[in-house]
Amino acid sequence: MSSNALNPAARKPYLHLFKVMPSSVALIPVLVLLLIVGSVANDAFLLPANLLTILQQSSIIALLVLAESLVLIAGKFDLSLESTVGLAPMIGGWLVTTAAIGGSGWMVNPYLAIGVTLLVGILIGAFNGFLIVKLGLNAFIVTLSMLILLRGVTLGMASGKTLYDLPPEFTYLGSAVWFGVPASIWICGTFFAVGTFLMRYHRFGRAIYAIGGNPEAARAAGIRVERVTWIVFVVASLLAALAGLLLSGRLGAITAQQGGNMIFTTFAAAVIGGISLNGGKGSLAGALLGVLLLGVVTNILTLSQIASFWIDAAFGAIILIALSVVRLTGGARSQS
Amino acid sequence: MSTPAPSLNPAPVVVAVGLSKRFGVTKALSDVSLCVFPGEVRALVGRNGAGKSTLVSILAGMTAPDSGSIHFSGISAPPTHARELWQSKVACVYQHPKIIPTLSCAENLFLHEIMRGRGLISWKAMRRAAREHFDRWGLTIDGDALAGTLNMGQRQLLEIARAVRQGSRFLILDEPTAKLDGKEVDRLLTHIRELKALGVGIVFVSHHLDEVFDISQTVTVLRDGKKMLDRAIAGLAKGELIEAMVGDASAGGVLAGARAAIHPRVARLKVSRLSCPGSFENVSFEVQAGECVGIAGLAGSGKEAIGEVLAGLKLAEAGTMLLDGIHLPGGNVSWHNRAGIGFVPQDRHREGLVLGMSVADNATMAVPDQLGKAGFISPSAVARATRHIIQELDIKTAGPGEIVSSLSGGNQQKVVLARALARDPAALVLINPTCGVDVASRIALFRAIIRVASRGAAVLLISDDLEELEICHRIWVLRSRHLTREFVPPWVARDLVAEMEGMAA
Repeated sequence: MSSNALNPAARKPYLHLFKVMPSSVALIPVLVLLLIVGSVANDAFLLPANLLTILQQSSIIALLVLAESLVLIAGKFDLSLESTVGLAPMIGGWLVTTAAIGGSGWMVNPYLAIGVTLLVGILIGAFNGFLIVKLGLNAFIVTLSMLILLRGVTLGMASGKTLYDLPPEFTYLGSAVWFGVPASIWICGTFFAVGTFLMRYHRFGRAIYAIGGNPEAARAAGIRVERVTWIVFVVASLLAALAGLLLSGRLGAITAQQGGNMIFTTFAAAVIGGISLNGGKGSLAGALLGVLLLGVVTNILTLSQIASFWIDAAFGAIILIALSVVRLTGGARSQS
Repeated sequence: MSTPAPSLNPAPVVVAVGLSKRFGVTKALSDVSLCVFPGEVRALVGRNGAGKSTLVSILAGMTAPDSGSIHFSGISAPPTHARELWQSKVACVYQHPKIIPTLSCAENLFLHEIMRGRGLISWKAMRRAAREHFDRWGLTIDGDALAGTLNMGQRQLLEIARAVRQGSRFLILDEPTAKLDGKEVDRLLTHIRELKALGVGIVFVSHHLDEVFDISQTVTVLRDGKKMLDRAIAGLAKGELIEAMVGDASAGGVLAGARAAIHPRVARLKVSRLSCPGSFENVSFEVQAGECVGIAGLAGSGKEAIGEVLAGLKLAEAGTMLLDGIHLPGGNVSWHNRAGIGFVPQDRHREGLVLGMSVADNATMAVPDQLGKAGFISPSAVARATRHIIQELDIKTAGPGEIVSSLSGGNQQKVVLARALARDPAALVLINPTCGVDVASRIALFRAIIRVASRGAAVLLISDDLEELEICHRIWVLRSRHLTREFVPPWVARDLVAEMEGMAA
C-alpha cells in the first residue's frame, strides 16, 4: 500500500532543464550578468587591480564559507566561526606584542605564535564538537553561546584596544604577494581545490555527505557518525583561525571586533551557493561562486558610490534576490 | 458482562456498505461492509497488508473510499474534508497516541475547546473540569502534569478520555495494546468495558487474538482487502479465526521450496545466550553455511533488535556472537561489517539509504576501503563495483550516478541489499527485506539472497511475513522476548501464526 507514496516521481514540470544542473552552475549566468552590470556602471570595474581586490577581499570570507559549508553539509551549524576569526589571532598577536600597546610583552617567537593561533582554532572546534556530539546539545544554541563567549574573551583580552606593530613573520601570509597575486588568494584557492577534491574523492568527504543526508543510514553503513562530525567542527574552526590570521596580516593589526558580522555573509554565500541548511546537499564549488557573487556585488555598490548608510540595505536585498533566482533556476526548496 | 441486545438499540453507530479503495494497481479494499451497534465491541483482525489500516482510515474520515457508503447513527457521513464534522461522529485512537507532549494533560483534554473558544483561558475552570473527568473515568492522571511525562498506557487512556468527551458514540481503537505491558492492557480492557456499558460502539483492531476473544462480541476478518469472516465471537474456534486470517498463504508463495543447499556441519554464525534489555533475552541459535534461518515475531516483539545487535548497531547486555569462530565485539558497525556481516536494516528510508545520494554512493557506502588507497575513492572503481551489482541484482536504474530517491521502492530495496552484499558477507542479516516492494522485485531480491546462501553464506532472515519466511530452512519464533519454538519444513502457516500470536491453535 505504501509503495506508491514512497516514489517521489511526481516532480514539477516547469524549468525541467535546470533540474538536472547543480544549482552552482545556475549561479554562473548570474555572476556573468553582474560582471556586465559592473562594467557598465563603472569603467574601473574590469581593471585587473579591481578584480584582484575583489578576490582578495573575498578570500578571507571564502575560507569561512568553506568551513561553514563543511559543517552545513554534515547537517549541523556553526555560528561561532566569526568569533574564532577574532580570538585566535588575538591570542597569537598578544604573545608577540609589547605590553605598552596591550600585548603580553613576552615577544614570543612569531612562528610559535602562528602555531598557537591555529591551535586555538583547533581547541575551539574540539570544544564545540564535545558539546554538540558528546553531550548532544543543539548546535545552533551551542555555537551561538560560543559566538558571544569568544567575542567577550577577545574584548576582555584587548581591553577594547587594537593590537598593532605585529612582527612581519606574523603578518606575512596575509600581506605577501606571490607572482603578482596576494598570497591569501593562492591559499584560499588551494584550500577550495583540495576541499572539492576530498569531498568528491575521499571517503571522509563522502561520509560527511552521507551523515548530513541521513545519519541513521550512515551509521548502519558503518560510518562513525560522531567522530566524523567532531572532526568537521575542528576543521571548520581551524579554517576560521587561519582566516583570522590572514585578515590580521592584511590589516597589520588586530581589533577586538575582528570578524564581527562575518557570519551573516558566510551563511548568505553558502546558501546562495546551493548548500542546504538541512544537510547532505551542496558543493564547495557552488559555495565559492556564492562568495564571488557577493564580493562582486559589494564591489559594485562601493564603486557606484552609494551612500554607505544604504549599502547594508542594498546588500540584504540583493541576497534575497540572488536566493530567489537560485531557487527558480533549480536550487532545492528549503525543507523546513 | 452483558451485551445489550441490538434490538433495544435499533440504530447502529456505524454502518459501512460496500467500501472499496484502490491505490494505484493495488486493491487495498474491495467491497467490505461493517456494522457496529451501540455497546458492541467489534474486533477487526487480519495480517499485515490485509487492509485494516485502509478500512480504519476510511472510517476515521482520513481517506475517501472509491465506492461505498457510511452512515453514523443513521445519518449519512460528512464529506472527507470536513474534519470537524467527522470528529464529532467518530473518535480514533492510534497505536502512537496523538497527544501534545509539551502541554499539560488538562490542556490536551480540552484542546478542541481552547482552540475554538473566545476570550481568555480560565485555567481554574479547565483544571476542575479535567479533574472531574479523570475522576469519573477512574484515571489516576494529574491534570497539571505534562502529557509527555505519562507512560504509554496513560497516554492511551488520556486519548480515549478525550475522544469520548467530545461526544462521539463510535470509537476506533487501532492496535491500542501493541505498546503496552500486561498490566496496562488489563487496565485498558477494563476501561473499554466501561465504555461498552455506556453504549459506545467500538471497533477494536488488534494482533493479539486472546484480547480479541476477551473483549469483543463480534469479529471481522480481512485478508487481501476482502472480508473473509463476519460473525459473533461466541462459539468461534480459534483455529477457524486463524484460518480466515492466513488462508492458504503458503501454497501461493512464489518462492515455496526455493531453498539453498546447506553445507552440513559448518556452523558459521553462532549466537549464544544473547540478551538485550527490553527486546530479547537469552537467545541462542546457529546458522550453518548455506542455511537460511528465520526469526519470526509480531511487530513489537523485539525481533529487529537481534539483527541490529548482530550488525553492531545496538549493544547487547550479555551473550556472545561468533562468526566463523571470530568473536564479534558488538556496538561497532564497521568492525562487524569487516568481520563479514552484511546487514539490511528494517526501514530503507530511515536506515537503509541516503536518498539524496546516488545509487553508486549508497551501494558502496560501507566499503570505501575497497575503492582506492589511503581513503581516496577511485570513481572508476566505484562505477565498476556498482555496474556489477546493478547487473547482478537487476536494479532498474539509468546508471550508477542516478539519485536513489528517483528509483521505485523495489529497486531502492535492491540498492540496500547491494550495500549489504558489497563485502561478500559471511553472514547476511536481513530485516523484512521485501517489505513494501512489488512482486517482481520481491522475486529478484529472494533469488539474490538464495544465491548468496548457495555460495556458502549464513543467512538470518528476521520477518513477520509468511511468504518471506518460505525460503528458510528453519524458523524460530520470538515471543515474550524469548525464542519459543522452532519450526522445520513443512510447517503449517496457521501453527506459525498461532505461535507468533501467543496462543495454541
